[in-house]
Amino acid sequence: MLTIATGNKAVAAAVKAAKPGVIAAYPITPQTEIVEQIAEYVTAGALASEYIPVESEHSAMAACIGASAAGVRTFTATSSHGLLYMHEMVHWAAGARLPIVMANVNRALGPGWNVWAEHTDAFSQRDTGWLQVFVSTVQEAYDATLMAFRIAEHENVLLPVMVNLDGFTLSHITQSLEAFDPGDFIPPVRIPHAIDVENPCVYGPLTGPADYFRFRWDIERSMRDSVGVIADVEREFAERFGRSYGPTEDYRCEDAEVVVVAMGTLGKEAEVAVDLLRQEGVAAGSMRLRWFRPFPKLDLAGRDVVVIDRDYSFGFGGVVAHSIRSTTGAEPYSVIAGLGGQEVTHEDIAGFVKTRQSGKEFWFGVNDRV
Amino acid sequence: MTAIPKEEYLLKCTSACAGCSSSLCLRYITKAAGPDTVLVVPACCTSVIQGMYPNTAMDIPVYNIAFAAAAACASGLSNAFRALRRETNVIVYAGDGGTVDIGIQALSGAFERGTDFLYICYDNEAYGNTGMQRSGATPLGARTTTTPGGKPTTKKDLDRIVEAHDPPYMATACSAYPLDLFKKVKKALSIRGPKFIHILAPCPPGWRYSAEKTIEMGKLAVKTGTWVLYEREYGNLTINGPSKAAIRKPAPLEDYIKGQGRFKGVTPAMLEQMRQQMQANITRLVREEEGIC
Repeated sequence: MLTIATGNKAVAAAVKAAKPGVIAAYPITPQTEIVEQIAEYVTAGALASEYIPVESEHSAMAACIGASAAGVRTFTATSSHGLLYMHEMVHWAAGARLPIVMANVNRALGPGWNVWAEHTDAFSQRDTGWLQVFVSTVQEAYDATLMAFRIAEHENVLLPVMVNLDGFTLSHITQSLEAFDPGDFIPPVRIPHAIDVENPCVYGPLTGPADYFRFRWDIERSMRDSVGVIADVEREFAERFGRSYGPTEDYRCEDAEVVVVAMGTLGKEAEVAVDLLRQEGVAAGSMRLRWFRPFPKLDLAGRDVVVIDRDYSFGFGGVVAHSIRSTTGAEPYSVIAGLGGQEVTHEDIAGFVKTRQSGKEFWFGVNDRV
Repeated sequence: MTAIPKEEYLLKCTSACAGCSSSLCLRYITKAAGPDTVLVVPACCTSVIQGMYPNTAMDIPVYNIAFAAAAACASGLSNAFRALRRETNVIVYAGDGGTVDIGIQALSGAFERGTDFLYICYDNEAYGNTGMQRSGATPLGARTTTTPGGKPTTKKDLDRIVEAHDPPYMATACSAYPLDLFKKVKKALSIRGPKFIHILAPCPPGWRYSAEKTIEMGKLAVKTGTWVLYEREYGNLTINGPSKAAIRKPAPLEDYIKGQGRFKGVTPAMLEQMRQQMQANITRLVREEEGIC
């Protein structure tokens, strides 16, 4: 069914299509519309899920952990401080190998209070064992949320998946959306280690130095396996529903001498900048990085690279720029732009490309070059 | 005597300290609940008592969860079992720190939402697992490793906090009265909605008395009126037998205090304050039972 929707409502519609057994959620701007819409579905009988209106995000994730451990499909949504408040349980969910799906509407962190887009919230959960995907359109928010359930629940993954969408610039903008019945693309969930009173097990007991690391390695092994699972699920999705996704979305990269790497909605803005640059005779292309964990290996050999980080690791640098440097050997021009919703236009991005200096860092709006 | 099942769900060779009363309680709780039960355990002594991977002393499913998260995790389990149309009991077994301090928000939320589960707090009046630091449940004057001069403030009244949520069933219990505890768990599990049992669980190393006196210490808590056994079912309070007798003719408070090393520094003024608090608690409960409140 073709309709129009916000990014938030697209996520809610995908959740409705995936039919979780339990949804636990707590409101926070700019995510709230997702849980409001889901509450409406449940109240209207359009979605037969147990909806737990928890008293905090820490409890939202704890309730998802309990529900997933019982063997049902689970979902929650959050943003920013909510994500940080549940941080302990974000680790726990991955450690407990539970295929929870969470939408995180990316938002900056206080102080000062700022409800606009930034990726620092998601990146602060980088080492938790969650898979993380970043989307850029309303349709992609829907498609990625659906696929997140398939990927998380795959027997070779069994790790939680976070679907990230930019606050306001995607969560609250309206685009066309094709919502559809996924049919057996989303089969009934089967969690092999779900609680079984006929076969009583203890989950997460005291685990000593001779054993603990084995469980950590097992998370990493599944994270590595998830690369193939993601590719398979995205391929099947393309075959069945006609839209292709991958670790990156590449735009005019084939003959590009300079490639802009960005995430989320800035990745889409970069495509417009590429068109502008091409008109001016600059052989530019863009790669919108979709998967942040597992982090893909990008092919950037022989090209200049401009990375836009909507985040910062203080005392270190842009997280994406450094990730690309360490995985490809490239020396990107690292642009820090868009923090807390700072406006970044395609003209601005074209300017970054034209004034690039490999290996240097540039804070947009602060200085010319650091 | 009420038939207590022979089946054991807490097996031998736990890692509990000698004279541990909370593991005794767990034995009776699991017997009352039976095998169609999931136990949710936040960080507490029971995290250790259940045994270390790959071994376990538990013969029912146990879900270990982070300190603040027990009641919320139980919410998820309870709602998931409802979605699956299963009648599995969900029981939280949490210590006092995990209940009155770090876990109180999740507890309050789960009770306000009407979650169908049983929350049991076993109260040894300090953070026992980490070496007896003071908790909100530590009583006035008690020495702990973080109140070496004795706790200057009184014990947080957990039961009145839970009562404010108006649960369909709440009760107190004590490890020295296992049959009473067994019956209360049975009754709680026969009722839908959020249920609560608060067990006083004396702790030999923490309270500084010798292990063989663990039952005697619990009995003294009840006989002096320091701990009152009662249950409140749909708002109707019943003070249970042992406490009825104690209220009529209480044993001297000193009998309870003097046997515990943790109360070594209690001054006569503190003792008087403890006596007054105890009396105020008894008066409030008796009046409620008589319908005078």
